[in-house]
Amino acid sequence: MATHPGLTPATTDHAPQPHGSAVRVRGLHRRFSEAGGVLNGLDLDIAPGEFVALLGRSGSGKSTLLRALAGLDRDVAGHGTIEVPTNVSVVFQDSRLLPWKRVLDNVVLGLPGRHAQVRGRTALEEVGLGGRDRAWPHQLSGGEQQRAALARSLVREPALLLADEPFGALDALTRIRMHTLLRRLCEAHRPAVLLVTHDVDEAIVLADRVIVLDDGVVRSDLAVQLDGRRSQADPAFAALRTRLLAELGVVDDADAVRTEVAS
Amino acid sequence: MTAAPPAPPPTRALHDGSSAVDARVVRRRLGPGPRVPFAALLGPVLLVVAWCVGSATGVLDPRTLSEPWTVASTAADLVESGRLQDSLVTSAVRAGLGLALGTAVGVVLAIIAGLSRLGEAVVDGPVQIKRSIPSLALIPLLILWFGIGEEMKVITIALGVLVPVYIHTHHGLRAIEGRYAELAETVDLSRTAFVRSIVIPAAMPGFLLGLRFAVTSAILALVVVEQINATSGIGHMITLASSYGQTDVIVVGLVVYAALGLVADGTVRLIERKALTWRRTLG
Repeated sequence: MATHPGLTPATTDHAPQPHGSAVRVRGLHRRFSEAGGVLNGLDLDIAPGEFVALLGRSGSGKSTLLRALAGLDRDVAGHGTIEVPTNVSVVFQDSRLLPWKRVLDNVVLGLPGRHAQVRGRTALEEVGLGGRDRAWPHQLSGGEQQRAALARSLVREPALLLADEPFGALDALTRIRMHTLLRRLCEAHRPAVLLVTHDVDEAIVLADRVIVLDDGVVRSDLAVQLDGRRSQADPAFAALRTRLLAELGVVDDADAVRTEVAS
Repeated sequence: MTAAPPAPPPTRALHDGSSAVDARVVRRRLGPGPRVPFAALLGPVLLVVAWCVGSATGVLDPRTLSEPWTVASTAADLVESGRLQDSLVTSAVRAGLGLALGTAVGVVLAIIAGLSRLGEAVVDGPVQIKRSIPSLALIPLLILWFGIGEEMKVITIALGVLVPVYIHTHHGLRAIEGRYAELAETVDLSRTAFVRSIVIPAAMPGFLLGLRFAVTSAILALVVVEQINATSGIGHMITLASSYGQTDVIVVGLVVYAALGLVADGTVRLIERKALTWRRTLG
């Protein structure tokens, strides 16, 4: 269901999709000022259990799209159709743990039912934080805080997980560990995932599909067809990486630098 | 301890793990240095020692300031006759009532102003105006309105308390980060749960800071109102002693005021420690 309040008139069809997609976006427009739109008639489908990474330069509308799907853009002008599952979880770039609640209480925040605590503990174990449920957030490292945030999202068994650069603030080594963890969790819980990221490697390592956003529309939509362990040493990995970087306007070439400067 | 190791070069700390030798090169210290044990007591104790010495040598005239031992025996007498306890109870009740009333009103106003824009528009202006008028300046008006009884005293104290509680609680509420509200929306928190899980804990540090200022204001206001037409309380005891030139009784009264202030501040600090465990850093 999920009509997001303020999402203007166009949103009509909220029935579960017979064709079985988790996310269906049609003709989505969003703008912050009269000057120009951030999203200009964007279409997007995500199948249940599908992991989609969303790449794009700064200002390409990645976060705006994610916030629209999360229903957090009530003050933004625009129209279009959004169909998302009822149960959507969001992971932010900051862990957004409440500093005055212990880790477990953060994980089960707003979770109804008598078994919330038990489920919360299980979720913490799953992200490798078993036994840390009585810790205060400030006692955790950055990576651990983000793990707790993942636990908070997954304990709600979301049909759609929205992640806005969740590993952007972590150091490189922690980020690699978090990639492994996130893959494992997604394979276990099978939510549809939309991961916003700046990191092309992260997108290729994690996603089934990589979408490049440019100027508020989908510029390219590529399936990641790499088997098993995705290694950067794999030539297919490298080829996809080069291609995506090119889509993002990053080419090891003086011409590209000039284009960049001109834009 | 076997044969002596070769003498380490003086510029480096060279020693095996078992040796107790700790040869390091440290810079000259410019900071204030390590903590002194019982440092907080040192100043007051020196002051009392100076007082004792001054009185014993006759440098301090008893008419200016009674000897410490006279003050001590006067305190004992006052306790024995029950006068000190009675006065203390009267004063503490006044301060406590004023504090409770002022805190309650301050918190309610802060919540009105903190959680709604319209509320802020209506409430904030008058409180800021009140803030610029010292409560003590309102006493003449309050006497006309409420007489010279307990009512006037409690209300004067409450007015002094209200302002710091309001200012700090309101600031605490206003400083709640939008990102936490956003989080609450994404996990579908109800409004009540939002207030309970986010608004109240987030505003708590501000409220408790306000409360500490409020306690000081309450004692200050208590001292002043008790010197106006009081017929009971510590202030009355002091005023009376002043007209008889009993500096020992005055000193006892002052000590009681100080103790009242310290106990009140200590209580708020204790509440702060309990309520804000999450802020304590790793030991």
